[in-house]
Amino acid sequence: MKRVEVLKTYKIYIGGQFPRTESGRYYIAKNKAGEPLANVCLCSRKDFRDAAVVARGAFGGWSSRAAFNRSQILYRIAEMLECRKAQFIEELIKQDVAPAQAEEEVLLSIDRLIYYAGWCDKFQQVFSSVNPVASSYFNFSVPEPTGVVSIIAPQDTSLIGLVSVIAPVIAGGNTCIVLASETKPLCAVTFAEVLNSSDLPGGVVNILTGKPSELVKYFADHMDINAMVYCEKDEATKKLIQEKAVLNVKRVFCYDKIDWNNEAEGQSPYFILDSQEIKTTWHPIENIGGAKSGY
Amino acid sequence: MAKAIAKKNTTAKSAAPKKAAPAVKKNTIKLSFDTLHYAPAPESKSSAKIDAQYNLFINGKFVKSQSGQYYDTINPATEEKITSVAEGNAKDVDIAVKAARKAYEGVWGKMPAKERSKYIYRIARMIQERARELSIIETLDGGKPIRESRDVDVPLAANHFFYNAGWADKLSYAFPNKNPQPLGVAGQILPWNFPLLMAAWKIAPALATGNAVVLKPAKTTSLTALKLAEIIQEADLPPGVVNIITGNGSSMGMALVNHPDVNKIAFTGSTDVGKVIQKAIAGTNKKLTLELGGKGANIIFDDAALDQAVEGIINGIFFNQGHVCCAGSRLFVQESVYPEVLRKLKDRIATLIVGDPLDKNTDIGAINSKQQLDTIQKYINIGKKEGAEIIESTCAMPKKGFFCRPTLFTNLAQSSRLVQEEIFGPVLTIQTFRTDDEVIEKANNTPFGLSAGVWTDKGSKVFNMTTKLRAGVVWANTFNKFDPTSPFGGYKESGFGREGGMHGLAAYLRV
Repeated sequence: MKRVEVLKTYKIYIGGQFPRTESGRYYIAKNKAGEPLANVCLCSRKDFRDAAVVARGAFGGWSSRAAFNRSQILYRIAEMLECRKAQFIEELIKQDVAPAQAEEEVLLSIDRLIYYAGWCDKFQQVFSSVNPVASSYFNFSVPEPTGVVSIIAPQDTSLIGLVSVIAPVIAGGNTCIVLASETKPLCAVTFAEVLNSSDLPGGVVNILTGKPSELVKYFADHMDINAMVYCEKDEATKKLIQEKAVLNVKRVFCYDKIDWNNEAEGQSPYFILDSQEIKTTWHPIENIGGAKSGY
Repeated sequence: MAKAIAKKNTTAKSAAPKKAAPAVKKNTIKLSFDTLHYAPAPESKSSAKIDAQYNLFINGKFVKSQSGQYYDTINPATEEKITSVAEGNAKDVDIAVKAARKAYEGVWGKMPAKERSKYIYRIARMIQERARELSIIETLDGGKPIRESRDVDVPLAANHFFYNAGWADKLSYAFPNKNPQPLGVAGQILPWNFPLLMAAWKIAPALATGNAVVLKPAKTTSLTALKLAEIIQEADLPPGVVNIITGNGSSMGMALVNHPDVNKIAFTGSTDVGKVIQKAIAGTNKKLTLELGGKGANIIFDDAALDQAVEGIINGIFFNQGHVCCAGSRLFVQESVYPEVLRKLKDRIATLIVGDPLDKNTDIGAINSKQQLDTIQKYINIGKKEGAEIIESTCAMPKKGFFCRPTLFTNLAQSSRLVQEEIFGPVLTIQTFRTDDEVIEKANNTPFGLSAGVWTDKGSKVFNMTTKLRAGVVWANTFNKFDPTSPFGGYKESGFGREGGMHGLAAYLRV
């Protein structure tokens, strides 16, 4: 008798754990031919709120990690993805991506993680300044992470879009809650398994599956979310997000014209800068009368 | 002078120590106002030329508003009318935006950056030349002490033009690997607390980055912006590049925000209005920067140089009558030095002179408007009702005009409305703390995140605190310092985007 295959349960990822949605709801992810691929959690507002709590809890620790350490962890994520690339290629193919493109997408995703791993301890130097104020003060401006970021991942890809929006946010020291592609959710869940084995502290990245149409308003109006990323062209949804964001003066970034497969536009330290605040610090310089320079 | 200074010695109690410890001096030098009075030292108004009425500045010309109406602008220190100013409406906004668009498409957007730069330098120089006149008008119209308008507002305004002018032909250096482009027409809405300085913060970077401007100053403080319009005209800036229109914030301001041909909105003001604006532009492609309210924490550790810290607290909350979005309005004192700091603060506020803003001795001028005075009084009453302890200075108060005594509140809960809400007046709340972690928690426990201050002699503690305070500007062992090269702006509900410095350019560019 032929061996019976063990099927994978696709669960969500909150606080470093793989729970099912608290709602108990699911939907069936299908390929273009309408064949079912998996039962996927249909997340609720409560799942999102739970994720927001753990993301906030993880922010202090993650943002105060040494940038070098964050860089190593992003590199580790790339390592884990590299060694499981066959699984991702297989999942992409299941979700109707041609084999050659599937491989290309996975390799590009790995490279994108390496790209942002490198930026973790460099973007600060590019975007900082020492400001030559006209008074006796030492004054400098540095980027700091804005906090917790809610993200509706690009819906037209399963992996590259997801990786491209998560990486710059966490490279900069933020934590995030991501809603995966509704129709192509498989790689997002598998990517959570990669994250879970990459020394990334629990709660830094939280991945939900479900319907953007149902959850987007909660992603936008939650009072403990500092910024939001939206990647679709839907103008009505964009407006809805921007209106809901007003409640706590949330920063909203719409990446609706980005081709994530294109290296020139899909990756840049300016994506990191979007979820950063610039902090300026002043301190007096003692001006000792009559003292000359040390030369 | 020396005769009038009464030295008050409060030497440490004389429980004879076994070892000869160095004597601890706890002297406070207090000015005795029973015997000492400053002679009036008013700045002469003669060098300020104020016309009988002011019109809108559109397309390089001063024109009557479409309605033909004017409103009176008054001196808050005397409640007397200074002059009248044109009351614009949505039609004027439309005319101004069209003029700006034409100037942007026709002249300003095409002009070589180095030529643009020279116009901005020219404006900077003319502000410097007319500094005295601008200071006097700023003080007359807004009520701030002449010492502040003369030494802070006006020179800084000139410096902002000077600093930004030089960026015009160097923008690509500010954005590595990018080719930054102007946005088009910028609509800018100003608050009433730093009228000329805010106009400079807004106009200078917008021009340097190649945008045309429609600026709406606050209704109660439009005069220096209109004086700036005279300077801009005199500088021969191409017509329409800068348009300055006056009138109601709610109607005209919103007409500007909602105008379909505006590409960018820059707003400085309250968080409430900021949210209305953020909502209004939802679903449009307008770029937005918001500089909103604050509730700055000023934190004193027991190892701080206390006398300097007390001066910093005074400057932090009473600068510009406390009408400062980044004011240090919440004081946190480490418990061990609380009695001493409180005593020093009480002594210090007793010496503050509240009075004629034009007098060079005045420390605290007039509250900007009757409306704002009412707001401040409302909060003082809330504090009393909530059971907080109030400490007010007993200084002489002018008989006319809108004035408020320097006021301290102690015995407050973190949840008190006085601690949580922006008062925008000379009212300081005082709380205590024991540990670094406690004060970080309390300081960050607010929807705002604009400014914070830390006073300690320990360098490592400075950096621990300045890193953990969630605010856009952090002053260590100083407070309320500003510079054109230094980016300014908030975290959280204090808004987004930066003004000033290299980072301030991004607000006006497509990168």
